[in-house]
Amino acid sequence: MLYFANWKITLICAVCALGLLLSLPNLFSPSFLAQLPNVLPHKQVALGLDLRGGSYLLLQVDVAAAQKERLNSLIDNVRNALRDANIGYTGLEVEGDAITFAIREPDRIDEARQALRKIDPDLTVEIAPDGSGTMRFSTVATEARRRQAVDQSIEIIRRRIDETGTKEPTIQREGSDRILVQLPGVDNPEHVKALLGRTAKLTFQLVDTSVSLEDARRGRLPPSDEILPAADEGRGVRAGSAAYVVRKRVMVGGDTLVDAQPTFQNNEPVVSFRFDAAGAKRFGEATRENVGKPFAIVLDNKVISAPVIREPILGGSGIISGSFTVQSASDLALLLRAGALPAPITILEERTVGPDLGADSIHAGAIASIVGVTLVVVFMILFYGLFGIFADIALFFNLCLMLGSLSLLGATLTLPGIAGIALTMGMAVDANVLIYERIREEVRGGRTMLSSLDAGFKRAFGTILDSHVTTLVAGFLMFWLGSGPVKGFAVTLSIGVLTSLFSAILVTRLLIVTWLRQWKPKAIPI
Amino acid sequence: MRPLIVIRRTPKIDFMAWHKVGFAFSLLLTLSSIVLFLTVGLNYGIDFVGGTLIEVRSTTGPANLAEMRQKLDALHVGEASLQGFGPPTDVLIRLPRQPGGDAAQEQVVQLVRQALGTGVEYRRVEVVGPSVGSELIRAGVIATVLALFAIAAYIWFRFEWQFGVGGMISTLHDVVTTVGLFALLQLEFNLTTLAAILTVAGYSVNDTVVIYDRVRESMRKYRTMPFRDLINLALNETLSRTILTVSTVALAVLSLLFLGGEVLRGFSIAMLWGVVIGTYSSLFIAAPVLYYVQPNRAAIARSGEAAKAGAPGTS
Repeated sequence: MLYFANWKITLICAVCALGLLLSLPNLFSPSFLAQLPNVLPHKQVALGLDLRGGSYLLLQVDVAAAQKERLNSLIDNVRNALRDANIGYTGLEVEGDAITFAIREPDRIDEARQALRKIDPDLTVEIAPDGSGTMRFSTVATEARRRQAVDQSIEIIRRRIDETGTKEPTIQREGSDRILVQLPGVDNPEHVKALLGRTAKLTFQLVDTSVSLEDARRGRLPPSDEILPAADEGRGVRAGSAAYVVRKRVMVGGDTLVDAQPTFQNNEPVVSFRFDAAGAKRFGEATRENVGKPFAIVLDNKVISAPVIREPILGGSGIISGSFTVQSASDLALLLRAGALPAPITILEERTVGPDLGADSIHAGAIASIVGVTLVVVFMILFYGLFGIFADIALFFNLCLMLGSLSLLGATLTLPGIAGIALTMGMAVDANVLIYERIREEVRGGRTMLSSLDAGFKRAFGTILDSHVTTLVAGFLMFWLGSGPVKGFAVTLSIGVLTSLFSAILVTRLLIVTWLRQWKPKAIPI
Repeated sequence: MRPLIVIRRTPKIDFMAWHKVGFAFSLLLTLSSIVLFLTVGLNYGIDFVGGTLIEVRSTTGPANLAEMRQKLDALHVGEASLQGFGPPTDVLIRLPRQPGGDAAQEQVVQLVRQALGTGVEYRRVEVVGPSVGSELIRAGVIATVLALFAIAAYIWFRFEWQFGVGGMISTLHDVVTTVGLFALLQLEFNLTTLAAILTVAGYSVNDTVVIYDRVRESMRKYRTMPFRDLINLALNETLSRTILTVSTVALAVLSLLFLGGEVLRGFSIAMLWGVVIGTYSSLFIAAPVLYYVQPNRAAIARSGEAAKAGAPGTS
């Protein structure tokens, strides 16, 4: 017990010094830290959104909807493939996650299978002997598609949020099809939510003037056409009252846009856009062939406007007008620049904390922690005197090590995390209490001073280990299964348990050994 | 420097004489907790059932709850619950989950913002959709059950299975009665409460382990002492430690309760109760249970010798 190898002393002191050094940046302002030389640690504990204020959004990418849309777009290919091969079919439609149909002539099943397989390598084609068939994406393709859709969504969300000027947003994947967005400092996320909630899929489609809307609604809708409602933005038109019959075939898609800007035309806010070379060529050809006919500018399956083509548009740029407000024009331009989401997005969870509440929480949390620690410190001195002071010094280093580890790991400190720190301070001295009580018992049992100290540390160790591991188990489970605030609490609690093992056992013992050597006391003052 | 307060001798309290009273009391406590949970139920926060929670601060003096309620009722978004929260200017508004899926929840906040107009400042807005809520409930239940089993398994691994049984019973008792307290007081049960319950489980078993450790040690030391006396001895020998540790943790929890702010209140109440009940259950449940499941003394004595022979103490 008395013997402490020099390397051990050095190591303990080094760890304490490191803890102190790593935790120190938390006392200073970031601007002060920026002036310090680079060799010194700069990292501060990152504050969670509940402390610094900001908005937390959990989004779900609706991959199934994207899949269904893709199947819908493939149905034309199926129709064409069967028609080209002169195979009769009935009941071609998208049902759930599959395209279903029935082949009229069962003896031509193999032929049909051959023709359909060429459409998309990701599609599996199954045709039963009675001619009924299904086509669906293979699980591998679906999985790849899901990953791709989420990755793409993250990229596009990032672009959209960057365009709004939000500083330091965090956008990360959560689970298989969710995205976690954290926006520090945003206390009213309505605008961001509005931007994220829109797919912003832009298409240019011809209006079919050969069928009237009434006829189409009565069921005389050609298979190559669809009815799309008019966007009622700002127009005061009731949703669903106006609609257009448009061709399903897309002349040009929004993916060929290279730029979009809000601007004015005749004192009205409009959005000007520019195609890339391929888009410009296709748009030019389509407009040349259809001069005099109207075409629809469709955004998220709603017709923004349907101007008549007066002359071929060959320059590769154009203007979308549609009774915008200044805000909605600039939003649309932003969305078009950032690109369309590959799948619709729903917001599952939103948590927003205003800057005042965050500051209040830090303030209350800090006061509670300081008062709690002070009470514990005084309590330890009352009950253990000098040894209580040793425990308090160890407690101080424990706090440094905790803050240092949190800073180093880049862990996020949340309000429950602060509670975790306060709680750990109360629990950390438990190890000291166990050791000291054990020493007292040994002294009472008639042992000498040194052997009591030795036995106290040695015998308490097993107990301390066992009792700490159970808290770690709880902490680990919270981290694993918890979310957001619970995770933050779990991190501080677990780190606190680990650092308190070090500080309460090794630091306290080093202090006691040093005291024994320097002062050569005759008895233990406890 | 000498300590000011010292417990001079080992007390000689006959804890075992009280254990039947303790069992009866705990049984009553546990059963009423279960009954409360099943009849009255928990006041689940939006974390678990979905819905909207908005904390506003009136910028024009104390908040007028009646007026706010009127404005919110006019929105027809379900029954709004308003509650003062800390200072008189602050109000916590809870709105139930809206019919429809996750997307339907989003519009509520905008409606509320329009209805309340200027004169209020939004301190906190939380919207949780139905699908996340049910996932969180499942994860919470899984975490609690796993924690109970993991803790029992660890005790079994370090001691004998009988100790694992005792540890699990007393931890379960603490968890169930904490849930019961929340049902009784109708305090909001949310994610932070769940964290508190898991911490209570960890803390309560920590206390139990310290006592079990001493029981095991005494079983090796006094091979012929009646088991009842042995448990009493272990409890008395660790009593000063039990009291001191409870006090330090309680000091930390009390300062959180009184100074930590409204948001942490539920957490602090759960922790305070957990610390008290956890200590009680270590003394009056966990230890006496051992008396009934009777760990194998011969096996413990043998494992003690093996430990002594195999692993000399490190210095």
